[in-house]
Amino acid sequence: MDTTPVVGAPPRAEAFFATQFGIDVPVLEDLLACALSRGGDYADLYFEYRQTNSLLLEEQAVKRAAGGVLQGVGIRVIAGEATGYAYTEDFSRESMRQAALTAARIAAYGQAPGPIDMTPLGLANHYPILRPATEARAAEKLALLRRADQAARAYDPSIVRVVASLVDELRYVLIATSEGRLAGDVQPMLRFSVQCLSERGRSRQTAVAGGGGRYGLEYFEAHPPEALAREAARQAVLLHAAVEAPAGTFPVVLGAGDSGILLHEAVGHGLEADFNRKRTSNYTDRVGQPVASPLCTVVDDATIANSRGSINVDDEGQPAGRNVLIANGILQGYMQDRISARHFGVAPSGNGRRESFKHLPMPRMTNTYLLPGDAAPEDIVRAVKKGLYCVAYSGGQVNISNGDFVFSVSEAYLIEDGKITAPVRNVTLIGNGPETLSKVTMVGHDFRLSDGRWTCGKDGQSVPVGVGMPTVLVSEITVGGTKL
Amino acid sequence: MGEQVARRAPSVVPQEAELLELAEHVVRLARRGGADAADVLLDSGTEFSVTVRRGQVEKLLEASSRGLGLRVFRGGRCALAYTSDLAPAALAAFVERTLDLAAVADPDPCAGLPEPAAWAPPQPTDLAIDDPQLPQVTAEQKIELARRCEEAAFAFDPRVTNSDGATFSSEYGVRVLVNSAGFAGAYRASGCSLVMEAVVDDAAGKKRNAHWYTAARAFQDLEPPEAVGRRAAERALRQLGARKVATQTVPVVWDPLAGRAFLAHLARAMTGDALYRRATFLLDQEGREVASPLVTLIDDATLRGGLRSRPFDGEGATSRRNEVVVQGVFRGFLLDTYSARKTGRQTTANAVRGVGSAPSPGTTNFYLAAGPSRPEEIIASVDRGLYVTDTMGFGWNLTTGDFSQGAAGLWIERGEFAYPVSEINISGNLKAMLRDIDMVGNDLEFRSATAAPTFRIARLVVSGL
Repeated sequence: MDTTPVVGAPPRAEAFFATQFGIDVPVLEDLLACALSRGGDYADLYFEYRQTNSLLLEEQAVKRAAGGVLQGVGIRVIAGEATGYAYTEDFSRESMRQAALTAARIAAYGQAPGPIDMTPLGLANHYPILRPATEARAAEKLALLRRADQAARAYDPSIVRVVASLVDELRYVLIATSEGRLAGDVQPMLRFSVQCLSERGRSRQTAVAGGGGRYGLEYFEAHPPEALAREAARQAVLLHAAVEAPAGTFPVVLGAGDSGILLHEAVGHGLEADFNRKRTSNYTDRVGQPVASPLCTVVDDATIANSRGSINVDDEGQPAGRNVLIANGILQGYMQDRISARHFGVAPSGNGRRESFKHLPMPRMTNTYLLPGDAAPEDIVRAVKKGLYCVAYSGGQVNISNGDFVFSVSEAYLIEDGKITAPVRNVTLIGNGPETLSKVTMVGHDFRLSDGRWTCGKDGQSVPVGVGMPTVLVSEITVGGTKL
Repeated sequence: MGEQVARRAPSVVPQEAELLELAEHVVRLARRGGADAADVLLDSGTEFSVTVRRGQVEKLLEASSRGLGLRVFRGGRCALAYTSDLAPAALAAFVERTLDLAAVADPDPCAGLPEPAAWAPPQPTDLAIDDPQLPQVTAEQKIELARRCEEAAFAFDPRVTNSDGATFSSEYGVRVLVNSAGFAGAYRASGCSLVMEAVVDDAAGKKRNAHWYTAARAFQDLEPPEAVGRRAAERALRQLGARKVATQTVPVVWDPLAGRAFLAHLARAMTGDALYRRATFLLDQEGREVASPLVTLIDDATLRGGLRSRPFDGEGATSRRNEVVVQGVFRGFLLDTYSARKTGRQTTANAVRGVGSAPSPGTTNFYLAAGPSRPEEIIASVDRGLYVTDTMGFGWNLTTGDFSQGAAGLWIERGEFAYPVSEINISGNLKAMLRDIDMVGNDLEFRSATAAPTFRIARLVVSGL
């Protein structure tokens, strides 16, 4: 893992909006003045211009080429505890002023702040890219998809269908606040996905693999499309031999990498400050208290080079950072957005994120992971007499209020007498966040960050995130299976 | 705040005629630029939402937006693009770029617009999906409804100590679809909802939460806010003290909210793309008995006032009522034009489409038809088993039918609710589960576009202690 920020000027979003749309500092100041024209304590503007391209290969043919531009500005006015929000896709002065006045209606009281002096933020760039995918020729991207298709079908004659897709995105954002903060960022994103269908007699199995992050096409030098394709094919073929999952409570070894979604669901969401401000999280009022086994140190880190969850600046204009959430089992603090940070009287942590200009920011994770311990992964497996080894997942979900979570496991194996044996299918892990983390009894030294494919949904808003962890033993967890 | 805020009604959405003209213009540009065929989808509308939490307005959003999606076919090659910049010069460049994009795709004999026969039947009228009163409802009225809803939850029981807020949302818009083969259609649609999430404190710092809601096309069809608030409170309170149970195989009764989530997942195995991708456990099952005779599944885009009713689908095909499963027999998949051609069938007018996405087959108003049993009878029929109110997770393998989901609800002993349960899991295979549906309730109501009455599955594995 590389957590050293690459210092250097990111491409200038400020210049982009100024030259393309005439959105310069005087325009920003005017809109902020409109937003606060009826009072209110604070206002901010969030400009977005997002270009997306996607290619889909199926049955060895390019089924569809698609592209689009999403553009607009979201305008927020905060008056006391109340937030007014409006947006428009139209960058004309008239439309933007109208949106500002609409958002302003929330403010029935308060003083209009004095003149605003915009100070641009200097930011580190955590996602330097070499070959922007949005500028690459379609033929080059197609070649990647065809390579994946061939590799998947070559893996095993049972692979009868392959769907491969490549989506790339370039997102310019510009944030201006009534406190004079001005921040711009250019955020690349690449996502590659391969789905395979394997048929053996009457048995049909599908599996998906994928990866990516805030990369250009140089991503594929270290992650050849063939490798992702073979991974999907391997998982699909494996499932033919998978046995029914046991039902009941067992020790479970969580493999390094993707198992990090356990952190994301089991603790991550509960540590988002909005739930704690509203006192609806089971971590409310627990800062300073033990909430996990002393072996657990959990970090949310927006600065990992090119990771899917990394951001240079959050969507409220706060430079993003690395925040320790749990240190040796003790809760250190929450992930904050502006509103929550003011409520708790702490500095914003750079976690205010949003799906698009149509959405209000709220505390969200970036890359959330568990730091490595010192156990050897093979010793961790060896420590289990009868249990499960879980490697890949199709998703996870948590109920923030009571901490109950589930993970749907797409690749898992039985552990019998310290050895990994038969693959199992249809496995769900279900547990409770704080209870499960208190049962972490071994932590491996083999930390791995998941290859970027996770998207987190909260309140109807999706944002890209990263997860990671080393191999971990949880002494008991309920396994939802079918075999009694 | 709230009372002091002066407001006007949301800005009126543009007239259909104006949008139709714009869409026709873009189709003409695409044809002139070299497309063999093209279609344009235009959505224009307003949205509003307000959340009241602990008596105060917490957030209020108001916006109007529009977007245009263009699909072109050129020598069997398909490209798709979207934009929100509708200025004439920008549109011309947009059409040109989309046409260039088509060169990237491979020719596909199944790609193309629907046959004109798909839009030949007269469109259903009187769908009651456009409430002209909704845009007249003021923000104050909406705030007041949310406030009353939350108040009712707090007033229901002193143990309701917190709330994640009551949210009123509404939307109103016009959808226009034009294609180069002679279809041009437009309709207006409205929608509104009120959702309450109640939170109660349990032992050891745990909280219990539950939501309840009402949703309708017409403002006057919403249920009283107090009823919504009380029901949310009641559902949260009945989870107090929830515990795990031992691992065992028992009958499982699905309440309508859990049942609708079940149906929504199941429906994905009944769509044309799952069929042509051979990724459904229902492959080769058309005309066969796949469920108990108590099971009839309908997808009806013409349901009066239905939350997903519409006169035509995302490709212009005239809306209809499709029988998917009738008394246990699988009648056929839900199809759009592409999946229909791909599998030698006809579209069922189930193309779902947004301006930024390709059409794909999906459900409209999808429901399990009501059965003969009263819900109390179904619960009373269980000697020992689970009444599931919530499910969680992604444990749906539609290719194999394997099913495994986290669950919470109430434990049934001797036909009565004994205590709440959570942090358990239910597992089975959909092939067996559909056959094991042995009781279906008479309590079907359309709280959401996908709806189920109470039903019982004779046996599922519950994993717990």
